[in-house]
Amino acid sequence: MKKKQFNYLPYLLISPTLFFVTMFTVWPTFLSIYQSLFKQRLNIAKYRTPSFIGLDNYFELLKDSDFINVLKNTMIYVLGTVPITIAAAFILAVLLNNKFKGSGLFRLAIFYPSILPMVSAATIWMFFFTPDYGLFNSTISFLGYTGPQNWTVNPNLALISVMIVAFWKNAGYFMIFYLAGIQNIPGTVYEAAKIDGAGPIKTMIAITIPLLRRSTLFITTIAFIGAFQAVDHIFVLTSGGPSDRSTVLLFYLWQQRFENLNVGKAATITVILIIILLFFTISNFLLSEKKEGSDD
Amino acid sequence: MIKFDKSRNRGLLYFILITVTIVWTAPLIWSFIASTRPLNEALGRGDVFFGTRLSIDSFRKALSLAPFGRYFINTFILVIMVFAVQLVTVLLAAFAFARYSFKGKNLLFMFILLQMMIPTAALLVPNFSTIRALNIYDTILAIGIPYFGSAFGVFLLRQMFLSIPEALISAGIIDGCSWWQLLIHIYIPQSVSTITAFGISSVSWHWNEFLWPLIITRSDKARPLTAGLVRFTQMGEIGAQWALLSAATVLVVLPLLAAFLIFQKNFMQGFLHSGIK
Repeated sequence: MKKKQFNYLPYLLISPTLFFVTMFTVWPTFLSIYQSLFKQRLNIAKYRTPSFIGLDNYFELLKDSDFINVLKNTMIYVLGTVPITIAAAFILAVLLNNKFKGSGLFRLAIFYPSILPMVSAATIWMFFFTPDYGLFNSTISFLGYTGPQNWTVNPNLALISVMIVAFWKNAGYFMIFYLAGIQNIPGTVYEAAKIDGAGPIKTMIAITIPLLRRSTLFITTIAFIGAFQAVDHIFVLTSGGPSDRSTVLLFYLWQQRFENLNVGKAATITVILIIILLFFTISNFLLSEKKEGSDD
Repeated sequence: MIKFDKSRNRGLLYFILITVTIVWTAPLIWSFIASTRPLNEALGRGDVFFGTRLSIDSFRKALSLAPFGRYFINTFILVIMVFAVQLVTVLLAAFAFARYSFKGKNLLFMFILLQMMIPTAALLVPNFSTIRALNIYDTILAIGIPYFGSAFGVFLLRQMFLSIPEALISAGIIDGCSWWQLLIHIYIPQSVSTITAFGISSVSWHWNEFLWPLIITRSDKARPLTAGLVRFTQMGEIGAQWALLSAATVLVVLPLLAAFLIFQKNFMQGFLHSGIK
């Protein structure tokens, strides 16, 4: 079956993929590492030509209070959206797993935001967040909210407003992974639990949650990877403001490169972002390999 | 599993789900409603739903202020182009990895998987330089080219190809199939559902992408819907004309929602697969 003499064909077949991966993943990664060792700013004449400064870009960034603020915002964004979204997705999946009248419709209603572009989801929410007569404020005021109305321009609420949009958009997406996971749990497990006299809450804690451990790990990693790259809704809703209170890593990277024209700093942030993402993507990859490898 | 067979529980279940559904659909439905308001009737406290009459003026105005038709065509060309090229690169590479053993195979596979470990979104700054150097800035090709190779697709299709029964392949070989006949007559027909899932995840990913197209385009001739919509929302003359903004948003999401409602099952499958990314 497998050819024994040297066969150039497989190399030929993978060469297009190799070419594009080299050109747009491997080369730019090395280019960023290289450029991060140089000071280069396109808008300042004497810094236009790159000059080697070793690791100074990294040291400067770690001392930069703007950058620390951005890291803080990013952590708030990631840690504030990921666990809550996953918990909601889990609960919705459990509620919607049973077939009953309208269950398909409920699933659709919760899943549909996942297919929308983030920018149009954000545009819809920009309108929803309108001060005074916006439905968001009208509704929460009706429920007793008396705080500030203008969410997207309020220093304390801007970041939360983009987090709300992300929650709304992703809960349904993560839900379908849980639904798929729940369907893989054999019905006999539940019958056994019922015979043992376990109630619904006990069944949930003792059976459903542990058996969905793998789904949870998987969803958690894709959620983290997504959250670190989330930026589109920030462009629409807050532009990182007010006074950088909703600026996250990828937005900051864009600002440094395309507004401040600071090539060296942008390359350094790229390297840092790659390191963070690598951590999560490698764990994601290991998890999905494991998932493919065994069938329990 | 929690069973909601008692009527009290069932009532509670419906209450929760109906509340969630209202919360989840309200932003979209409100946009739809607002987009039908006549342009000169501003929204105000207590008057937030339909205007005095239904009107499509805001759609007309939105279309006159920005070339949404052009953006739509650009996006369409983009997603078709990316998927068409990916289909070729992915099928060939997945076939090679599934069918042949060759020197350096594992190493080369890992090399390709690097693309799944370092998301292209993080590399927009250096890729911007590459696009400038290639002299294709501000073209649809520039938006799509970083994605022409797809590690995710290779990974997915290789898994699928490996599960094809050996007997089927042997039969093809006995019939005298060359490698590409094997691919076309045996591997591809066996993998249609996986290819469809990959296609949906690829198309919706590139349909929705924003930041890369934003930085790599400058003019309406290449700008896709996402970048076009954001540019529209930031135009000076738009201000807080919500009917107009809503109309623009509806123009962007309506085709997507229609496609989704028709191909729900495929969409969900595609999204389930896209998680591996």
